[in-house]
Amino acid sequence: MELFSIVVFAGAAVPYVLLPMRLAATRPWILFVISIVAIFWLQPTLDIRWLDFSLPALTLAVVGLCWWLSRERGTPEAQLRGENSVSALVMIGIVIVLTLPRYISLPDALALTSRPPPIEGLLIGLLGVGVLAGMLNRVPARVALAVGLIGLVVGFVLLKAEPLTAQIAGVLRQQAGQDAALAKAADIGWLGFSYAAFRLIHTLRDRQMGLLPALTLREYVTYVIFFPAYTSGPIDRAENFTPQLRAVAGLNGLDVQRLSIGTTRILIGLFKKFAIADTLALISLNTVNVDQAGSSLALWGMLYAYAFRLFFDFSGYTDIAVGIGILFGITLPENFDRPYTKPNITSFWQSWHATLSAWARAYIYSPLSRRFLKQKKLSNDAIVLVCSVATMVVIGLWHGITLPFLMWGLWHGVGLAVHKYWSDRTRTWYRGLKDKPGQARLWRIAGVLLTFHFVLLGWVWFAMPDMDTAVRTFGRLFGIGAA
Amino acid sequence: MRGWKWLTETPFSWRMAARVAIKAAALFFACNLVFALTYPVPALGKISVYNWLVPGRERLPYGENTAAYNLSLNSVEAMFAAHRVSQPKAADELRMFVIGDSSVWGILLENRETLAGQLNALNLQQDGRRVVAYNLGHPILSVTKDLMLLDYAMQYQPDLIVWLVTLESLPYSDQLRPPLVANNALRVRDLIRRYRLPLHPNNPALVDAQFIDYTLVGQRRALADWFRLQLYGFAWAGTGIDQVIGDYTPRSSDFEADSSWNQFPEPTDIPATVLAFELIQAGYTAAGTVPIVLVNEPIYRADGMNSDLRYNAWYPQWAYDQYRDLLAQQAALYDWTLIDLWDAIAPAQFTDSPVHLTAEGSRQVAERIAAALPLTNPE
Repeated sequence: MELFSIVVFAGAAVPYVLLPMRLAATRPWILFVISIVAIFWLQPTLDIRWLDFSLPALTLAVVGLCWWLSRERGTPEAQLRGENSVSALVMIGIVIVLTLPRYISLPDALALTSRPPPIEGLLIGLLGVGVLAGMLNRVPARVALAVGLIGLVVGFVLLKAEPLTAQIAGVLRQQAGQDAALAKAADIGWLGFSYAAFRLIHTLRDRQMGLLPALTLREYVTYVIFFPAYTSGPIDRAENFTPQLRAVAGLNGLDVQRLSIGTTRILIGLFKKFAIADTLALISLNTVNVDQAGSSLALWGMLYAYAFRLFFDFSGYTDIAVGIGILFGITLPENFDRPYTKPNITSFWQSWHATLSAWARAYIYSPLSRRFLKQKKLSNDAIVLVCSVATMVVIGLWHGITLPFLMWGLWHGVGLAVHKYWSDRTRTWYRGLKDKPGQARLWRIAGVLLTFHFVLLGWVWFAMPDMDTAVRTFGRLFGIGAA
Repeated sequence: MRGWKWLTETPFSWRMAARVAIKAAALFFACNLVFALTYPVPALGKISVYNWLVPGRERLPYGENTAAYNLSLNSVEAMFAAHRVSQPKAADELRMFVIGDSSVWGILLENRETLAGQLNALNLQQDGRRVVAYNLGHPILSVTKDLMLLDYAMQYQPDLIVWLVTLESLPYSDQLRPPLVANNALRVRDLIRRYRLPLHPNNPALVDAQFIDYTLVGQRRALADWFRLQLYGFAWAGTGIDQVIGDYTPRSSDFEADSSWNQFPEPTDIPATVLAFELIQAGYTAAGTVPIVLVNEPIYRADGMNSDLRYNAWYPQWAYDQYRDLLAQQAALYDWTLIDLWDAIAPAQFTDSPVHLTAEGSRQVAERIAAALPLTNPE
């Protein structure tokens, strides 16, 4: 999110909290509408014609379909069919209204997207979604949910594997009458899809398990694309989000406690992101300066700057998202809790992008380890190793399907397994340190330093675009290779 | 909320929120007022991580490419504080300042390849003292800028000054337009007053600051630039990079049949009053007893289309020839030491502009200048 978008969102909270009591019931609808409009507004301009409009529209289609799949057939939603129809009409109506700049001239400030596609294309897309929803309705819910999950994972792979994404970009360019030879992965910059997909997978999987609360279309859409958390998380859970959403109608708009906390979080987030992180970005490790560093010391300096930049950038955005959410009456989950001060890698992952870690634990680590435990073919240590690596590799590949991200996942997966192995065997000894506070403090400091530097070195995989550069960087950090 | 108890457990009230808002507004107002009244920006400019935590820069800060860890700023104090010239002068050192435009600063050249770098590579000596050349060039064509930097640099005790000029840096009409000059109105007015320069102190090009401009809010850009310069110091120390040198578009060799130059559409006699020779003389005054060697810098001489009319994209032949004559006359009149190197370098040694040289071209100029320096006992 740009500074301007943040100011607009925070500013939108003013009329929202000042709504008179008789209109307070519209607050959930306001969040629904703002979230839909926001995904179009926040989507950056793309090189392929109409794509910066089509991708947010596709997001809505995917979210709508996932709601259709994850709904409880014939139960509470059936009673709310009227509201769901209204929600669907509102969604479609907003998208149609957003195509108007194609037909009427609007001031630049009001044009939320670049030139939208013809409305007939939109209607054909809508028809396609309807046909697909009808087809999925005919298959058993279990199968439909599995199809939805597989579809999301495949979509993920297509978007995160650069060669595949570039090929799709080539096809889309051809369709749009543009030069396919210029296609590149960056042509398909689908803002927010990664985070939305996590929420969608959570809802589909929880529906499979029978854990998902009943959600109306409006609630479901608002949960998945809630505008403060749409671009950078946190990844909330539906059962946490929905009760709060239902309560916003009765919100005390002028609750000074809530407004003060929200505003303070936004200000802290702005400072972290735009003052600290953006400043550190000037000197932090990147693909250009990695080969410019004249010495190992300089490279270490850049790596430290990178680590802190990443933290302040990401946690700053989280503060902003949480702050805006609080202003609108929704308390999003925390993502960061002083991660660089944690004494071991497990604690680090409980405090760094904690909602992603929790998601991965719930939907990758736990099911996988349960399966292995049931099979009884592997030792406990082996299960921990395999499950940790698998979980962290998925998190790594979520950032992009490349070898360095795979290595980053392996790095942390192995780190987590080693820590588990170590802590299982030193637990008794460690408990004994309770009587020796000085020694315990020293061990804690050593643990913090070790964990921090383990994570720090892991960022090399994260920051470098290819294996050669990453390996060369590792070498140079330790004085091996040309300076 | 984990880690946020200090915030979530604070009991807020509207009275408290109003108190905080009023206090914040009062503090903001007071800080701005104090800042404007004391105006610490020049003093702040002298505070620098360079020459202390990190090595001083080899040339003055200039540029806007973040990958070069460099930036253009208007604070002369901060520019010099970041330069290695602000280190104390060594006992065995003979300080030679090299001032001029982008050809001196060294566009597309690494520091060791610039004129100052090449002069240092010659290991010149004078009575047992090492001649150390300092690159004080700045990529702006204006002798007012040169004079401003020279005037400020005199506090760093030069023993010798080499000043490269070209016709484009001399027209009075263009003297005050460059941002570095325009945004140093007080400094420029002081120069006008002290050296009685034929420049109007109320020239609209000079940016006059209002009271609001001296506040924290008004100076936010200057403060951010200063901070960024300090931060880049660490990247400079780590990489030694202050310019991204990549591919470039070579200077053109073919021209339109156009004889115009500056305000003159057709060849004519250029009055000496059009060119700011008085500013060069002011530089001599500023230098006092420190000798200045004035160099008419080499230019690219094209052999393409209409090269009988123009030497290059900047200069029609009639204007440049007259300038050389006028410069020689002024040098004789004021007793300047002038080296005219206008045709000293082969065309192949020019890069992206009529005055930017390759490393080899720069080396050749250094040799020519070194040979003409007033060093009594060079070995």
